[in-house]
Amino acid sequence: MAYHEIIVAGFGGQGVMSIGTTMSEAAMAQGLNVSWLPSYGPEMRGGTANCSVVIADTEIISPIVLEPSELIAMNQPSLDKFEPTVKPGGLILVNESIVERKVKRDDVRIVYVPSLEIASELGNMRVANMAMLGAYIEATKFLKFETVVDMLRNIFTSKKAHLVELNEVALQRGAACVRL
Amino acid sequence: MAKELWKGNEAIAEAAIRAGCRCYFGYPITPQSEIPEYMSLHMPKAGGIFLQSESEIAAINMVYGAAGAGARVMTSSSSPGISLKQEGISYMCGAELPGVIVNVMRGGPGLGTIQPAQGDYFQATRGGGNGDYRLIVFAPANIQEVVDLMQEAFELADRYRMPVMMLLDGMIGQMMEPIEWKKPPVSPDDLPKKSWATTGTKGEREPNIINSLFISPEACNAHNHRLEDKYRRVIANEQRYETNDTDGAKIIFVAYGTPARLARAAAGILEKEGIKAGVFRPITVWPYPYEALHQVAAQESVKAVVTVEMSTGQMVDDVRIGVNGVKPVSFVGQAGGVVPTPREVANAALKALGR
Amino acid sequence: MAIVYQRSKGLADIETHYCPGCTHGIIHRLVAETLEELGVLGNTVGVAPVGCSVFAYDYFNCDMQEAAHGRAPAVATGIKRVLPDKVVFTYQGDGDLAAIGTGEITHAAMRGENITTVFVNNAIYGMTGGQMAPTTLVGQRATTAPLGRDKSHAGSPIRIAEMLATIDGAAYIERVTVTSPANVMRAKRAIKKAFELQIEGRGFTLIEVLSTCPTNWGLTPVKALEWLNENMIPVFPLGVYKDITKEA
Repeated sequence: MAYHEIIVAGFGGQGVMSIGTTMSEAAMAQGLNVSWLPSYGPEMRGGTANCSVVIADTEIISPIVLEPSELIAMNQPSLDKFEPTVKPGGLILVNESIVERKVKRDDVRIVYVPSLEIASELGNMRVANMAMLGAYIEATKFLKFETVVDMLRNIFTSKKAHLVELNEVALQRGAACVRL
Repeated sequence: MAKELWKGNEAIAEAAIRAGCRCYFGYPITPQSEIPEYMSLHMPKAGGIFLQSESEIAAINMVYGAAGAGARVMTSSSSPGISLKQEGISYMCGAELPGVIVNVMRGGPGLGTIQPAQGDYFQATRGGGNGDYRLIVFAPANIQEVVDLMQEAFELADRYRMPVMMLLDGMIGQMMEPIEWKKPPVSPDDLPKKSWATTGTKGEREPNIINSLFISPEACNAHNHRLEDKYRRVIANEQRYETNDTDGAKIIFVAYGTPARLARAAAGILEKEGIKAGVFRPITVWPYPYEALHQVAAQESVKAVVTVEMSTGQMVDDVRIGVNGVKPVSFVGQAGGVVPTPREVANAALKALGR
Repeated sequence: MAIVYQRSKGLADIETHYCPGCTHGIIHRLVAETLEELGVLGNTVGVAPVGCSVFAYDYFNCDMQEAAHGRAPAVATGIKRVLPDKVVFTYQGDGDLAAIGTGEITHAAMRGENITTVFVNNAIYGMTGGQMAPTTLVGQRATTAPLGRDKSHAGSPIRIAEMLATIDGAAYIERVTVTSPANVMRAKRAIKKAFELQIEGRGFTLIEVLSTCPTNWGLTPVKALEWLNENMIPVFPLGVYKDITKEA
């Protein structure tokens, strides 16, 4: 498999960090090497946030991602900042719900995901980030949906068990955006 | 054993508890506040002591008192807070008290920035407080190494009766990586007894005194030489380092912590350009593995030694001591929270080769 | 012939370095007697400060730690948290406690740290040679206030007992002196009460003892006692400032 260098970026509160940690946990569960590195700033809420995730089946040399193979841009400032850094032939996932422009690059793969509309239709705005993750999994094809769903089953137990299905549907709705 | 995904700061705290540490004193500061946060929840669960002090000065002096009372104890902070602890560290060295001090370095001087840096190297390795003293300073480069070294840090602190510092940069504190808990947890009940500790005489022995005051010059001189002898034993026995692809290399990068990982990425870039480059990584920056570095640098294949730091050049002094003129030594680095890129590091090597 | 007076078992059999007429010796004895009478000498860890009483670790016949200047309450906190069943005390002067160590003593009191502090206030830095202390009286001469403490320049003396008595965590705070046999008896009762409350786990206790410094005050020992009574007590009134056993 390839050496995946991923940047997930957006506003604080959009679940940026948790997209990163979820894919890291899933990759680890599949026996891959992984590193997750957050940007950290003085803002507690609402500032820009991003994390760098590296996933590989070989040793991970540096956890710092300067030229991502994949970018998940949850808002426009993130797209503006990181679009030029994506490797040629790489992938950009755009949160179409709030990013107002199209991707300018023509040497990368682009997927638009209306994450807020998906979440709204499912009746829980907190699953928007799962839609983005679903699109990522489908577009890159190295993480398994079952791995993530198994993780969700461990997180959401007893009274929260119904959230497993909700999140699973969100993942699949995001994945469907790739298949368009 | 299954791998677990851990954040560096939380892994440090958990590793300390597993190393039998049952006593933590600290004060919040970014980027290490997850350590006191983790300790506040998990130390009491382990039957230990967590106390948030009014300052870093108070915290290190609580460490002094607890260490003198025989506890396996630690504190943690980041650069400006570590400056405040220097008084207590000097006193701990003078009174020969064990303890572990974690520095998750950020940019300086002064308030600097909360982003990762390595500007505290001189402070850590030359003694930031007053007097002739040294700390054992571990400089791990990934979270697995952090947790592997933690138990050893406490053991060496006890064996030599001196503080041990874990010198990390903010990146290692903040990132997450999968780790394995390789060593079984240590029970505080199984730790070696400390006959010198102030635990009350029970009327059965002469009082124990924890002290760094030796008012007569002769006594103070003798005390310093006793410490010096101890430090010589540490130098002889406790140097740690790692080499990657240094055999037959043309370029030797020398770096500790995160920059060592950047240097390996730079070596990968150079390899694609037909230049063999290796990385020499000190794991203890005091005692510094001078001789091992010298041998690597002295290989016939080596044309240049390039030091990589997240500072404007501190460890490079030790690199020059180790290389001792047998090969040219140059430096590349960024400070204040900016991290040098692998390309920048590779270019520094090309420059050193005259290209 | 009956022995009516001898060294307390709480004191080591060595000469102290204190100047003639200094009242540190009396205060040491009161602490030592208390520890002996309470039967806790073998169960006690003391913390010595920096200042005139820096060598206290050699004088008390129990386990001792020597702290950095002003940090004794933090060191004592470390000891007490590790060894909650031990009796832990600090012995500190006014430079140590009321200047460089105000943070540590205040927060030890705030936490209700179950330790006892014996605070010796002689209104001057003794060991370093008579410099102005935070407790130096207005008009009192010091080697760093050669014309006397000027209120407009250096402020007025700090009243530690009153200040710490405002803190909830303080269980017992009293100011005493040792200028007469009656005062010595009162000081002994105060110190003993503080240690008793610590043993009962009641929280932070502090006894401020007004003390003389004939050397740096430039007075004979007897004149120094008179000077203390006439000048210090009006500024630092004796009495109990906090006593949780008297509260509802």
